[in-house]
Amino acid sequence: MITIRKFYYGDYGESKLGSSSDNETSSSPSGVGGEWPLWEVFIRSKQGLDHKHAGSLHAADATMAIENARDVYTRRMEGISIWVVESKHIHASNPDDADALYDPANDKAYRHPTFYNLPDAVKHM
Amino acid sequence: MDQLINYTLFLADNALIMGHRNSEWCGHGPILEQDIAISNIALDLIGQARNFYQYAATLIGNNATEDSLAYLRDVKEYKNCLLVEQPNADWAQTVLKQFFFSTFQYYLYQQLQNNNDEQLKAIAAKALKEVTYHVRWSSEWVIRLGDGTEESKKRLLKAVDELWMFTGELFEPASYELNTNIDFIFLKENWNKKNQIGF
Repeated sequence: MITIRKFYYGDYGESKLGSSSDNETSSSPSGVGGEWPLWEVFIRSKQGLDHKHAGSLHAADATMAIENARDVYTRRMEGISIWVVESKHIHASNPDDADALYDPANDKAYRHPTFYNLPDAVKHM
Repeated sequence: MDQLINYTLFLADNALIMGHRNSEWCGHGPILEQDIAISNIALDLIGQARNFYQYAATLIGNNATEDSLAYLRDVKEYKNCLLVEQPNADWAQTVLKQFFFSTFQYYLYQQLQNNNDEQLKAIAAKALKEVTYHVRWSSEWVIRLGDGTEESKKRLLKAVDELWMFTGELFEPASYELNTNIDFIFLKENWNKKNQIGF
């Protein structure tokens, strides 16, 4: 049985199980100790069709987060588009549920579409 | 010819000195992300300076190089405006200095598109994109600090008091700044307008 709990990005490895419930009650907008909140940065490269997670940074608001992302993550022509989202809005699966969530897919190779014989007439597959 | 050389050195010196002042923040920024931001701006400016120095070196000939022009001249030979050489104080003074200077550079480089010299035109056109970002970054900080806390506002106003007297020089052309097709009145008006929006 999988219990649905709110986990935050950044919970991983930080402290023992259950730290997330503390976070939930103390989700102060300004973050801990008056520091700027954490933001997750997603960058789309010139060839890429999708935005990919590039990393995270601190910023006072979304405008500053985008500018910081420009300065931190696109200095070497990595991107042509930036998304930012405050880290606290990202919900993550519980790493302790990994066995139940992901292992069952291990022995189900038939889910890959590799058991079909393609007719010669079909090109570009 | 001398005039073109001196004017090119003037553009180069401004960018070099401002870039070096910014680079002093490297490792000392108020937060990692802003440390990187101001170091990026420093690199942009040093890059602009290099382009101008390289061009000046070819004009001068005589074994002049970008290095000899940037680092081996005597102190009195530098043509930069006084604003850029002001020592860094707090963050408010730093971002305000950047705002004053970048706004000046922005309108100057725009007008350099009317210059007769193809090389200066090309360097300015390339640099204009960088400067556009510098203006955006610094103006947002000026607004942020001005609208921020009592403390940040006080510091920003103190910085205005300290730096304002150096802004007049930007619009007083030296001899080599004449005949560059720069309209100084237009330059000053735009600079003032941008400042009014900022404050």
